Amino acid sequence: MRRMRRETLPDKEHQACGLFGVMNRKGERFGGRMAIDALMNMRVRGNGLGAGFAAYGIYPEHKDYYALHIMFQDWDLDAKREVDKFLGANFDVVCDEEMPTNPEASVINPPLVWRYFMAPDKKGDEKRLSDDDYVVKKVMHINTRIKNAYVFSSGKNMGVFKGVGFPEEIAEYFMLEKEYRGYIWVAHSRFPTNTPGWWGGAHPFCILDWTVVHNGEISSYGTNKRYLEMYGYYCTLLTDTEVMAYAVDLLMRRQRLPIEIVAKIFAPPMWDHVDIMDEKRKKLYMTLRMVYAPLLINGPWTIIVAHHGEMFGITDRIRLRPITAGEKGDLLFVSSEEAAIRAVCPNLDRVFTPMGGEPVVGRLKGVEKELRKKAEEGV
Amino acid sequence: MELVRGEEMFSHMLPEFIVERREDRCIRCRVCERQCAFEVHKYDKELDMVFSDEKKCVGCQRCAVLCPTDALVIRPHPGEYRRNANWTRERIQDLKKQAETGGVILTGSGNDKPYRIYWDHIVLNASQVTNPSIDPLREPMELRTFLGRKPDALELRFNGGDYEDVEVATELYPNVMIETPMVFSAMSYGAISYQAFKSLAMAASEYGTLFNTGEGGLPKELRKYGKNAIVQCASGRFGVDPEYLNCAAVVEIKIGQGAKPGIGGHLPGEKVTLPISVTRMIPEGTDALSPAPQHDIYSIEDLSMLIYALKEATNYETPVSVKIAAVHNVAAIASGMVRAGADIIAIDGLRGGTGAAPKIIRDNVGIPIELALAAVDRRLREEGIRNKCSILVAGGFRCSADVVKAIALGADAVYIGTPALVAMGCTLCQKCYTGKCNWGICTQDPYLSRRLNPEIASKRLVNLLRGWSLEIKEMLGGMGINAVESLRGNREHLRGVGLEDWELEVLGIKGAGE
Repeated sequence: MRRMRRETLPDKEHQACGLFGVMNRKGERFGGRMAIDALMNMRVRGNGLGAGFAAYGIYPEHKDYYALHIMFQDWDLDAKREVDKFLGANFDVVCDEEMPTNPEASVINPPLVWRYFMAPDKKGDEKRLSDDDYVVKKVMHINTRIKNAYVFSSGKNMGVFKGVGFPEEIAEYFMLEKEYRGYIWVAHSRFPTNTPGWWGGAHPFCILDWTVVHNGEISSYGTNKRYLEMYGYYCTLLTDTEVMAYAVDLLMRRQRLPIEIVAKIFAPPMWDHVDIMDEKRKKLYMTLRMVYAPLLINGPWTIIVAHHGEMFGITDRIRLRPITAGEKGDLLFVSSEEAAIRAVCPNLDRVFTPMGGEPVVGRLKGVEKELRKKAEEGV
Repeated sequence: MELVRGEEMFSHMLPEFIVERREDRCIRCRVCERQCAFEVHKYDKELDMVFSDEKKCVGCQRCAVLCPTDALVIRPHPGEYRRNANWTRERIQDLKKQAETGGVILTGSGNDKPYRIYWDHIVLNASQVTNPSIDPLREPMELRTFLGRKPDALELRFNGGDYEDVEVATELYPNVMIETPMVFSAMSYGAISYQAFKSLAMAASEYGTLFNTGEGGLPKELRKYGKNAIVQCASGRFGVDPEYLNCAAVVEIKIGQGAKPGIGGHLPGEKVTLPISVTRMIPEGTDALSPAPQHDIYSIEDLSMLIYALKEATNYETPVSVKIAAVHNVAAIASGMVRAGADIIAIDGLRGGTGAAPKIIRDNVGIPIELALAAVDRRLREEGIRNKCSILVAGGFRCSADVVKAIALGADAVYIGTPALVAMGCTLCQKCYTGKCNWGICTQDPYLSRRLNPEIASKRLVNLLRGWSLEIKEMLGGMGINAVESLRGNREHLRGVGLEDWELEVLGIKGAGE
């Protein structure tokens, strides 16, 4: 009898990292300098094995098209041909080009990175899928089926830039300061502790326009991963941060829960607190906990999540990883360290340290208004 | 069918135990004589000596423990046949028993054969450096568990911008909350004494968990413990009435039992005393026969009809569990059960206990719970229906580490039967089927059963739950987890030691060092 290859869980990475996010709540765009400087200020939180940035509002000229940043490991041109063919068959590609890079930047072994702007070209049964679900499905296909090809990002009017190196090196390689202007910048520098960093494994992780940066190690990884598999998410990037990204996608995009509720799922209050609440709140917290128990994210973690119009930071239920927030006018900052915020914006209006599980939420003014209207209508 | 009972004498049998009495210590108090229902000890007034008929001794150690001067030592009889790896003493003795009676050999308790115990080949993880371990003495550590069907998603209605003022619009399935992921296994009133049964009910109620009535009904005066009861509806339908179903936390359809898959039950008429006959709703002194199958369930569609009949009977307010023995095709069967409407699936493994079963069945039928659990959990996830049910597993859990490993393999909670019996006094002498339990647990003889005081026995059971729960918290904290749901199905925290590739594959875990 032929013995099947044993199916085991993939190795995951353990890490402690530096996080930073900044948002202009009026939607005014600015360059990547603040994000780069903030991470340089937290140099000890990285070790040069990975850094990355996500920026929103960077492609206004193509804002209606999905922008895919795709990495080809070891400049594998066969993989690129396969991806080109696959995208050609499933999308209308309106523009594609090599990512502009600075060859003089001091990074080691950069892969080929290509960007595509395109619209879904759905056929047959797939016409029933929403555009977003269709794109998710195709991204999963590339990540799992095409060797040496990894999708860095797949949202509209945004992009992820990441790789192996210190943050300033990655920023220099992708020329973030000169080339792009966005209204949200989220950045991450990385201290992986077991596997060597690889370009695909750096943060942020992205699906559609949702990005996640993460500091910590998720002790509930196996539980979360196997629950998400039931909903068609397969973890391929060998790190527990991916679990966060997919959990956010499932709850916020597919199930349309607001972050204030998702926070209660990821980092629920202790039963001791729930037991003394009034009946209505108790019912809410108990129901959330009962239904979404497999998405409780356990262990030490802080994440910053962004998508168009919204950025938020949150830390685990017993606050085992740091998070600090600051405000200056329309700017909202979330970071692992207050020092990093002060390094790029010394005169803050307000600095605060949220409790475990309490999200710091930044929304575009327009989005805020829309949410309030919806709530008043009782949706 | 002629049954072989332990109390009969077999002319060609060697004794199983030897009774050594240290005469210099014996004070002729006759405690041993009074304590032994098997009548091993006999006081001779004229000689002022206590004699022992060790052929009758079952090795329950009651006399040794209660002897005020520790004069008694009971140990396996040293008499041996010629050593033979194939024809062991047990095989030879069983042959002789059958030659003399021509019957089926009965036994009690769980499978005692040396099948691989996978728990002993699985080790747990702990946090070092990159992830802090959590000290359960300083930080909250949560074991609360919900049993029942869960929806795929929740629909919420918000009132303005306050995210705590929220209505849950989704209609929820009934779930039962337990404070620790352990419940007491099914043991019926009839199989065990009233005192033992009541002790389990009291302990479950005090600790905030569940006990299981088995197929013996729930005496009226104990229905106040209903909200901590899993009530069984089994093939004999004993004791089932509307109030019985509606007072319970969970209704369980019993299809099979790990100790005797494919076999029914038989409570002999002499055990059907008046209170038992009232509870089971059968005439006093008649045999209570539970058929091997449920005669209204010959297929999965039939199961579905009974599940929904019970849901109708309980107004869809009580989760319905279906309990099966772990057999070869358990994963597919479990999937069918969930699709048939079961809210909880209970799986009882090869080492599950029993009050009485044919020895040949107990020792040879079924598969280990570890493998069954891993296969079921994987199958339900592959089919995307894992959250539509809770998985309860039973059969040979010996300590809190076994419980933790089972939860990491995918169980929602664990049934503990034998540990509860041991906590009350049981020493696994395997003579449950004789009705002569010297510890007052598995007997209907009032002289024996009043040895068990429910106040004390329930305290011991609560201590057991508390002790295991504390240990589970220690292990969770070590893994950097502060809520038991984050361990559920988290096979990342398990590693195999000394297992073959196919075993690791079925368990879905890596080998140590991988």
